[in-house]
Amino acid sequence: MFRYIVRRLLQMVLTFFGATFIVYALMFAVQDDPIQALVGERPITESQRAALTERYHLDDNFFAQYWYYMKGLLTGDFGTSMTNRKVSSMLADAWPVTMRLALLAIVIAATIAILAGVVSGIRRGSIFDNATLVITLIVLAMPIVVLAPLAQLVFGIKLGWFPATAGKNATLWQLLLPAGVLASLVVATELRVTRASVAENLRADYVRTARAKGLTGARVIGVHVLRNSLIPVITLIGVDLGALMSGAIVTEKVFNIPGVGFNLFRGIRTEDGPLVVGFVSVLVIVFLVVNLVVDLLYAALDPRIRYE
Amino acid sequence: MRGNGPWKMAAGAAAIALLAAGCSGGSSDDDETLPNAISIGIVEPDSLIPSNTVEQNGSSVLASLFYPLVRFDDNRKPYTVAAESITHDKANKVWTIKIRPDFTFSNGEPVTADNYINAWNYGAYGPNAQLASYFFSRIDGYAQMQSVDADGDGPQKAPEPKAKKLSGLKKLTNTSFTVTLSAGFAGWESVIGYDAFYPLPKAAFKADGVLADTYGDAPIGNGPFKVKGKWEHDSKIQVEKVADFKGTVPKVDGITWKIYQDLGAQYADLLAGNLDVETKVPIESLASASGDLGARLQKSPSSAFAFVGFPMYDPQYANRDVRRAISMAINRGEMTDQIFLGSETPATSFVSPVVSGYRPNTCGDNCEYNPTKAKALYAAAKGPTDIKVSYNADGGHKAWVDAMCNQIKASLGVNCTGSPEAKLSDLLKKVRAHKSVGLIRLAWAMDYPLMENYLGPLYTTDGSSNYYGYTNTAFDSLVREGSEAATTDAAEKKWQQAEDILAQDMPVLPLRFGQNVFGHSEKVTNVSMDLFQKVDIYKIEIAS
Repeated sequence: MFRYIVRRLLQMVLTFFGATFIVYALMFAVQDDPIQALVGERPITESQRAALTERYHLDDNFFAQYWYYMKGLLTGDFGTSMTNRKVSSMLADAWPVTMRLALLAIVIAATIAILAGVVSGIRRGSIFDNATLVITLIVLAMPIVVLAPLAQLVFGIKLGWFPATAGKNATLWQLLLPAGVLASLVVATELRVTRASVAENLRADYVRTARAKGLTGARVIGVHVLRNSLIPVITLIGVDLGALMSGAIVTEKVFNIPGVGFNLFRGIRTEDGPLVVGFVSVLVIVFLVVNLVVDLLYAALDPRIRYE
Repeated sequence: MRGNGPWKMAAGAAAIALLAAGCSGGSSDDDETLPNAISIGIVEPDSLIPSNTVEQNGSSVLASLFYPLVRFDDNRKPYTVAAESITHDKANKVWTIKIRPDFTFSNGEPVTADNYINAWNYGAYGPNAQLASYFFSRIDGYAQMQSVDADGDGPQKAPEPKAKKLSGLKKLTNTSFTVTLSAGFAGWESVIGYDAFYPLPKAAFKADGVLADTYGDAPIGNGPFKVKGKWEHDSKIQVEKVADFKGTVPKVDGITWKIYQDLGAQYADLLAGNLDVETKVPIESLASASGDLGARLQKSPSSAFAFVGFPMYDPQYANRDVRRAISMAINRGEMTDQIFLGSETPATSFVSPVVSGYRPNTCGDNCEYNPTKAKALYAAAKGPTDIKVSYNADGGHKAWVDAMCNQIKASLGVNCTGSPEAKLSDLLKKVRAHKSVGLIRLAWAMDYPLMENYLGPLYTTDGSSNYYGYTNTAFDSLVREGSEAATTDAAEKKWQQAEDILAQDMPVLPLRFGQNVFGHSEKVTNVSMDLFQKVDIYKIEIAS
């Protein structure tokens, strides 16, 4: 187990450098005229251009720029955004709120998906099963660009049940509506996977044995079936957590949450290399760690799995 | 692990997640507001350093923190506020500015002539790369403060400029100083109404000519409000009243500048009652806005001017009649009504109606929709059979460019296509290289309310935004003569003559004049917006 973790950590270092290098190269390739992007449609004088070019090392070649960046990164300095803010402080501003949003969305999605999935897995073909199928299909078919403003209009403005926007220092209450919208992205797949997995395990030999032993229905489902059915669901949730953190661009925009998605969008729009690479670097780390945790969770859930 | 392990684990994980989600949320104090305070929506400003602020969001916030030398009356004429008097010599070259002696910064420092001189020197110094530095370019000595890149654009470090101070600024007494311009300019008093000319306190500098790193997070100004705490990036900037402020005292005790990433979210908050003023109602909400807001949806003129430039380097458009015909082929009113839902107005002049000296319809017949005449003229002038209109795809211009093209197609019977470029810089790069881009979508918003601020940058041969390469020596000299005229009235006469030349030459197609379309909550009244797209913070008050 210990050797496995060390090996994975070493792999993570390689993946991290590879990923940041690619992102840096892509940002460098797409960077056309970040100084013009900085001032919008206004003209810029030669003297300003010269000063800004020097400040951001824009006239150096790719490897020199990458070297400057990595040197900073390894000493804990994420560099300075083109708006002259420290990327590290922007990270510190943006991550907590996105993290809370994504975790809340995961909790909502997992609760609904596992409860409804288990019920429909047991009662296959029932009204409940068919109803959840239809509802999840509808939710899955609605793109988030429609769903998010619609939820905001109906629940936030017309009915006034939830706050219309959240902001940076959002409370749990303010985050509930956006988290619900985000959860709808992933709840359908999680539910279907739970259902399929429960249905399959119900037919397994060990369930028949448990029943023959005279165990109560609740114990058979709650302990034997659920534990084995959760393995694929946990994998899915782990991957979703990463996706929700990076993929919340639309939701963060609609509900005015200045998180990771928003910063990435802003960085790409203004050709702000350090900003994008900084956020992506942290995203890569989050993905890697989440994946490692998911893999380790397997062992906890299924004693047959051993890591060497 | 045995028994009900998975349940425990799931519950534990959920509890941890909820705890993590909730823990920092507990300290939220977003709704904590002063009793007599209002909130106004903005987008995250680029900077809050006066000489580095060239966009409207930062400029709005600065307007609450600083008190300008001059403001503008309803006729767009400057009158002094922080200045006691502004006088000039006969040639309009040496200006003497006397500031009011009783003003202080919000940290208690008295405002002196040095505060102005230091701030302007900082803004003008090339290596500081202040985005508004070109405002100082009329002052004597500006050129010596810019570094000249000796080897073109190689990696070699640019040499240090010859001077660190503007030679045109001279301190007379503690409360007066002179500004010497490199050439006489009657309109100079209007120029110094801009943000770049605010004074900076001693506390802003950590050394002579070096700004303190944290100054931009909570600028100390000479205005009616001061920053409470500091700029909370991407969240809000809260300002509160300065005790016994000597100038005009606003009617509200505080303003929360709430930062939004998106106009749609801002509009949602306005409707839900969490925001008092939205300065720009998003165009997708305009259809429902009058129903949502009623009389709380308002419009006022702004300085924005949208136009399409002809590539003067392209022989296809060299004939003036081709340009006139295309202009006559366009129905401007239909575009502003159908696509902009009345949020902008048709433009038939070359300067915005918000500047003094503006005359309506200087473009005359050339901007009047007349498809038959347009077609005849176009055929006689043998205009190109394929017209292309280039625009930047990231600015939401597709709808009206396509509509304009359809009008051209219908009127002239030629093919017309909109051609998107990813960004404006991509488009301008092609224009500078004289590539065949067809017509060029452009826009302008003024820096100071003078005709010259439209005529100079947009149409003179060396104008900073004359990308399309229009050149007419008669026009250039009229604009220059206007700038050097003894009085502003005489200047306007010259500038109007210059504008008449534009109507004959048609280097651009005037299309639309912008308007501020803004909405406010029931909590506030007397909401008005000025020419610079800023809310008038001195008039707005809480509804009783």
